[in-house]
Amino acid sequence: MTKQIIVPFGPQHPVLPEPIHLDLVLEDERVVDAIPSIGYIHRGFEKLVEKREFTEYVYIAERTCGICSFIHGATYCQGIEQIMKIEVPERADYLRTIWSEYSRLHSHLLWLGCFADSFGFENLFMAAWRIRERILDVFEQTTGGRVIQGSCKIGGVRRDIANDKLSGMSRDLDSIRKEIGELTTVFLNDDTVRHRTRNIGVLSRDDAYHLGAVGPTARGSGVAIDLRKTGYGAYDRLNVPVITDSCGDCYSRCYVRCKELFTSIDLIQQAITEIPDGPIDVKVTGAPNGEYFMRAEQPRGELVHYLKGNGTKFLVRSRIRTPTLTNIPPLVKMLQGCELADVPVIVLSIDPCISCTER
Amino acid sequence: MGFFEMTKTALKTVLSRPVTILYPYQPAKKTGLTRGHVVQDGSKCISCSICVKKCPSQAILLNKEAKTWQIDRFRCVVCNSCVDTCPTKCLSMDTQYTAPASKQGVEVFTITYVKPPKPEKKEEPKE
Amino acid sequence: MKQEQSIIPIDVGQLIGSVEQCRNEGYRLAQIGCTKVGDNDFEVNYSFDKDYVLKNLRITVTAETEVPSITGMYWGAFVYENEMHDLFGIQVKGINIDFKGTFIQTAIKYPFGVSISKGEKP
Repeated sequence: MTKQIIVPFGPQHPVLPEPIHLDLVLEDERVVDAIPSIGYIHRGFEKLVEKREFTEYVYIAERTCGICSFIHGATYCQGIEQIMKIEVPERADYLRTIWSEYSRLHSHLLWLGCFADSFGFENLFMAAWRIRERILDVFEQTTGGRVIQGSCKIGGVRRDIANDKLSGMSRDLDSIRKEIGELTTVFLNDDTVRHRTRNIGVLSRDDAYHLGAVGPTARGSGVAIDLRKTGYGAYDRLNVPVITDSCGDCYSRCYVRCKELFTSIDLIQQAITEIPDGPIDVKVTGAPNGEYFMRAEQPRGELVHYLKGNGTKFLVRSRIRTPTLTNIPPLVKMLQGCELADVPVIVLSIDPCISCTER
Repeated sequence: MGFFEMTKTALKTVLSRPVTILYPYQPAKKTGLTRGHVVQDGSKCISCSICVKKCPSQAILLNKEAKTWQIDRFRCVVCNSCVDTCPTKCLSMDTQYTAPASKQGVEVFTITYVKPPKPEKKEEPKE
Repeated sequence: MKQEQSIIPIDVGQLIGSVEQCRNEGYRLAQIGCTKVGDNDFEVNYSFDKDYVLKNLRITVTAETEVPSITGMYWGAFVYENEMHDLFGIQVKGINIDFKGTFIQTAIKYPFGVSISKGEKP
């Protein structure tokens, strides 16, 4: 019988971009249990909905997260539109989809960089972020913001993209695809990377499903959940392939994200060829009365915005369930039985976004 | 099994120019749409205070008696909400980011708009 | 496009049975969320997902009601139940990992459950 010791991990740790604390129960070098605790950056966004008009809350909803900000804003707007029964013009739907997919590209590239950093591959980290910079430039050229786009509003979008700019973006994506191809070869084929990720933090299919894993964490374990299949925005008119892998280890989760980069590029190019001309917004009158659970696929997984209005300008409740919150229980399961040295890689493999989690 | 998968990328990086710029010695990247900071044109402001109500971070304060319009740059999240809703288009978005500051404070603009005496002189409000 | 969803109001007593039924039918726990509807009344939504169809079980409780934990069926529900307790002050009984109010630590206890007016000391 070995003696158990407890090693605190975080909230400040070189691999963690954001604060989460884990108490790791160790037997020698092996983790037998992990107890997570959050609560370092609770900002009370959900409470703020009672003090801001529902049209202004878009800007606040967007600031829930600094990485998938556009999707937060778009999901909130779509939820309100469902309650108020607003038909959004088709062009706005397509533009939202294009920006959402750019967000996914940017988020996955950011994650690939952080993941490379977690096993100490600094050069790869920089390579991933160099490509990400090109995506951010597109954001700035089309919306005016690199990270917080602010281009979504209830009833449509605030900015249009000119058609020649769209075709330029499509051409640009071809060269980005080539660069991403080179980058993902390193992640998927290099022995150093494979050695640090194969058979590490295995999550079985059953555990992934019943513990509520979503996004690449679930798809890496073979659970094909992709909310884009519900056809919100323009996704019902586009061909969305769901990428899964069966091993459930860190490598699988990395594989899913690498392949999704190409899916996103395909979706953007598909949307750019199909986008119709027309208005980009409709006038919104009245106030939301009713409730709706709007679900969307974030880079990290399923996002739920529960919105409830009572006919006034102020919503009663906005509950934001972000993917990282529901990915914490699977993380705990993954950590049980791993080596202490692998903990950073496993924690990073679910793509934790703690600011989202606590709102 | 690959052992030197990274070599190509690494060599390319060594031989190409750096992708980063030496900010602040070189100016930061900007586009025509970049949201830098809000500027106000006092000669057009009609003190309607719609911007105050629409600001999600409550950064704007309007004093009708003193005829001042003030903004707290530390609170402002540069969301462009006030610029979009301003009825007289007296607010605009500059592409220059706010300079770093070590002290908190507000920036005060004076409203010089004078209500035209009679509606027949329609050219007056431009002054 | 409207996403399919239904809301089924149930009693607190029926909760365990209904959740067990969901688990047996192969539903996945999507979220547990709480809404303040009156001075001391809260709605708790248990959302389950199967094949992109959302099923919500809704119970209406007061801050004094003891809500049974569903962590027996869905192990991962502890994050939501602790959150519910820390932000709204709902008493949840029998959570597998009970943080006892330390999951999300706030200066004001149960910030979403109490109403504070401007200028009033909490």
